[in-house]
Amino acid sequence: MKVTIVDYNSGNISSVINSFKEVAQDTVNIEVTADLKKITSSDKVVLPGQGSFKSCVDALNKINGLTEALTEFAISNKKPLLGICVGLQMFADIGYEETETKGLGWISGKVLKIDNQNGKYKLPHIGWNQINIIKQSKIFENIENNSHMYFVHSYEFIPNDKNVISSTTDYSSNIVCSVEKENIFGTQFHPEKSDKLGLNIIDNFLNI
Amino acid sequence: MLKNRIIPCLDVKNGRVVKGINFVNLKDAGDPVEQAKIYSDGGADEICFLDITASNENRDTIYDVVERTSKKCFVPLTVGGGVRSIDDINKLLNCGADKVSINTAAVENPKVVIDSSKKFGSQCIVVAIDAKKNGNKWEIFTHGGRNNSGLDALEYAKKMEDNGAGELLVTSMDRDGTQIGYDVDLMSKISSKVNIPLIASGGVGNLDHLVDGIKLGNASAVLAASIFHYGKHSIQEAKEYLDSKGIPVRI
Repeated sequence: MKVTIVDYNSGNISSVINSFKEVAQDTVNIEVTADLKKITSSDKVVLPGQGSFKSCVDALNKINGLTEALTEFAISNKKPLLGICVGLQMFADIGYEETETKGLGWISGKVLKIDNQNGKYKLPHIGWNQINIIKQSKIFENIENNSHMYFVHSYEFIPNDKNVISSTTDYSSNIVCSVEKENIFGTQFHPEKSDKLGLNIIDNFLNI
Repeated sequence: MLKNRIIPCLDVKNGRVVKGINFVNLKDAGDPVEQAKIYSDGGADEICFLDITASNENRDTIYDVVERTSKKCFVPLTVGGGVRSIDDINKLLNCGADKVSINTAAVENPKVVIDSSKKFGSQCIVVAIDAKKNGNKWEIFTHGGRNNSGLDALEYAKKMEDNGAGELLVTSMDRDGTQIGYDVDLMSKISSKVNIPLIASGGVGNLDHLVDGIKLGNASAVLAASIFHYGKHSIQEAKEYLDSKGIPVRI
């Protein structure tokens, strides 16, 4: 099996690479690249993302044909894709971090700043929070409800169709922390930084 | 519910773990990679490396330590000490650090914080504040506590938030190495001044100090070194104690 972690200068992806290599060992070939042919010929794709919504979308668009290749992979060919953090947020139609920015539009919805209730809640939402699994997802095999995952974000994805939401977490409100729509998966939290349970989620994705 | 974090900090010099008493009289407490692994397996919410002699000496050893640690530990890793430029940050992140903490460079050149938070995202930029009480206020010290910048800690903290810091790591110079507890007055004043999370540091001698840092200091996370290093307490013990005091922790 060939799994590509998309390297599009979206910030620090070392931890994503390390965690996938740890789980994959020698049975899965992990490629880290933005090469369009390698992406479209992969069995699975991981789309990480750090920094702002705008900086990630800009970085995607800077690589000629990358958005189209990812869309072909996930939408036309319906192969499994996992978005992490801003990688998940970019599934949306539109994001409002820095300035209004068009997303990939794969899962209809928008990305807004978390309501900090006039400073009652610190932002970014940093640390370990529990996930409330509201829909069984393939990536949650052997993951118990209320498991702790590691979060770092100030913006949240608000999908129009609530049926895509597989888990939420409680911070100011019920924040969407994972989605599953057919072959498209996303986590707002960082499985690569969520210790053994996070590695379990990565393993689940590799085993889809 | 978001949990308060416990962060063991490993002071690293020439690739080895040491812990200073007021930054002098260093003792060797082992290999940083092995220690970090023991901590993450033991339930540490994050790991912090502080390269204590980085400002003065060849610091290539830290890159190797970070690289090896990040292949074994799958909890967030913060690295500080001698981080002066975008290049330094880039190199540490590429080695597998998840966050960097910037101290002296943030005082001398605030642009480093502005530029790095734009380039890498606020989530990986921690501004480390070393503060010492002077009369009714606290002043910012740099160069591992050697130089007094004269800057007011509260105003500086706010400015760093505005510049793009994702978190503040606040160390009381008066308390560091004393084991008499955090300067909770300093912590709570800074915490109420900013809307980003605060990590309390400096002075932990027992588990009640961790409780105080969160309850009285209003810190999101508590950092400690020696109480964990010499086997005085395990991370698990610390968490169970915090839990017994009604503080939300990941157990």
